Amino acid sequence: MTRRAGIERALFVYAPLGFALVFLLGPFYWMVITALKPNSELYNAARSPLYVATPTLEHFVFLFTKTSFLEWTKNTMIVATGATAVALLLGVPAGYALARFRFRGAGLVGTGVVVTYLVPTSLLFIPMVQVMSTIGLVDSYWALVVVYPTFLAPFVTWLMAGYFRTIPGELEECARIDGASRLGALWRIAIPLARPGIVSAGIFAFTLSWNEFIYALTLVTASSERTIPVGVLVQLTRADFYFWGPLMAGALAGSIPVALIYSFFVDQYAAGLTAGAVKG
Amino acid sequence: MARLSVRRWLDQEQTLAWLLVGPLVLLLLGLVAYPFGVAVMYALSDRTLAEPGRFVGLANVWNLWDNQIYRQTLWNTIVYTIGATILKLGAGLGLALVLNEKLPLKRLIRSAVLLPWIVPTVLSAMAWLWLLTPNFSVLNWMLVHAGLSQRGLPWLTSPALAMFSVILVNTWRGIPFFAITLLAGLQTIPGELYEASAIDGAGAWHRFRYVTLPLLQPILLITLVLSMIWTFSDFQVVYGLTQGGPMNSTHVLATLSYQVGLASGNIGEGAAISLTMLPLLLILIVWQIRHLRRGATA
Repeated sequence: MTRRAGIERALFVYAPLGFALVFLLGPFYWMVITALKPNSELYNAARSPLYVATPTLEHFVFLFTKTSFLEWTKNTMIVATGATAVALLLGVPAGYALARFRFRGAGLVGTGVVVTYLVPTSLLFIPMVQVMSTIGLVDSYWALVVVYPTFLAPFVTWLMAGYFRTIPGELEECARIDGASRLGALWRIAIPLARPGIVSAGIFAFTLSWNEFIYALTLVTASSERTIPVGVLVQLTRADFYFWGPLMAGALAGSIPVALIYSFFVDQYAAGLTAGAVKG
Repeated sequence: MARLSVRRWLDQEQTLAWLLVGPLVLLLLGLVAYPFGVAVMYALSDRTLAEPGRFVGLANVWNLWDNQIYRQTLWNTIVYTIGATILKLGAGLGLALVLNEKLPLKRLIRSAVLLPWIVPTVLSAMAWLWLLTPNFSVLNWMLVHAGLSQRGLPWLTSPALAMFSVILVNTWRGIPFFAITLLAGLQTIPGELYEASAIDGAGAWHRFRYVTLPLLQPILLITLVLSMIWTFSDFQVVYGLTQGGPMNSTHVLATLSYQVGLASGNIGEGAAISLTMLPLLLILIVWQIRHLRRGATA
């Protein structure tokens, strides 16, 4: 590489990349050091706030023993797993039908799925409170297991319809010639072939449920039934007073599970993200 | 015999297709279409948390139009959506171009870049709140110590800066989505096209303008409109950072409808506020569906 090319690269590639990384990751650094700082350092204006002198786990101890954080974690696990399972059970077969079968109303169903995926939750949360209390699910996290599939399943369907279209149908046709039913061909041939797509749809649904906020805030009001994002926000901030140490410890502890899951499946996640934007 | 005919019935394309999509359709009718109908009913009534209310026609909508706070919120929502979308597009496209270069540790960098998008938004909003909070803002500490400012800036307490702050945080969260989808788009552009244009003597800007941009356009537009829909209806960033304050200067339609409809209990008015998102949302959604169709058939 010539010297000029080297300078150009530093200027146009490494400098912007470094700036972007500092901007995108800075808040996480701030979250981590705050969670590890004793209060004497946190509220001491004379010290540099940029590093921790004597790290401590006191905020985590407070979080795990003095708040309901562990209970929220359990609730969030149940909600995210349950909602993801329901979304996959509804969305994978529907996606297959849209990709493979010609049937009356297919166009309408396809459009309905995309529209419901694009309709934001902030449009429906007010009536949803009423609907959930009518069926007796208000104030329980099971309400979220029922409600989250309304935006997860359309997305899974859309993603899976796209995925099934990329799998050639000949193998299923061969199975049919050998006497398998359509359902048998779906179960034994198409689903195993579509496993990577299903995994990616599942990870998506799981992280979306883990992070959901507006329904979790409005449909579940009992403290013991809350999910992590709502619990941390509501219990660790009181009017204008914020417990910054435990708040950052909670933000960190609530983010780590999704970050971990995601780090194992980055490629599927990126594939799902781009499929969602490209063909939906 | 009966069993055989059930099997044959099940094996018909029409029957099986509807058995497979049926449960999903029922869910969407019961928990999307029906609540939507309920929202419209509420919006046309003066229902509150305490009383079921009665039909008042479009009174809620007319009242909103005369309501100073609503008008400001509508304007805030437009500023928020346009401001954040432009910033996300610019920064996301830039980052995608950089990530498309040959880089050491590329996989690690790509994972790190996605983090703001993965983490629960209200939780990262809390980290931003702590970065910008009036008394202990570390951002102000750095500005003061770098000699750039006397006392730091009122990030969340001055109306104009508060709007800037919520836009900034929404941008921070959305950049990864743009960067990763656009990176995927860039990777589908064949390298020969760049080689050919380089032979023709095209510089970096010309290659970007006449090769990259036209080929990236379809995915660029879809990403852009998707992001506009999400930003326009966003709740979490504003709720976490400012709750609409100071003096309603950062309220967006979603946060105002929550405050009026559930926190203050005026369900009819709150439902009307959220439904006023609909005209613009519909335009974006219809546009998006037409483009997705075109993409699917192409």
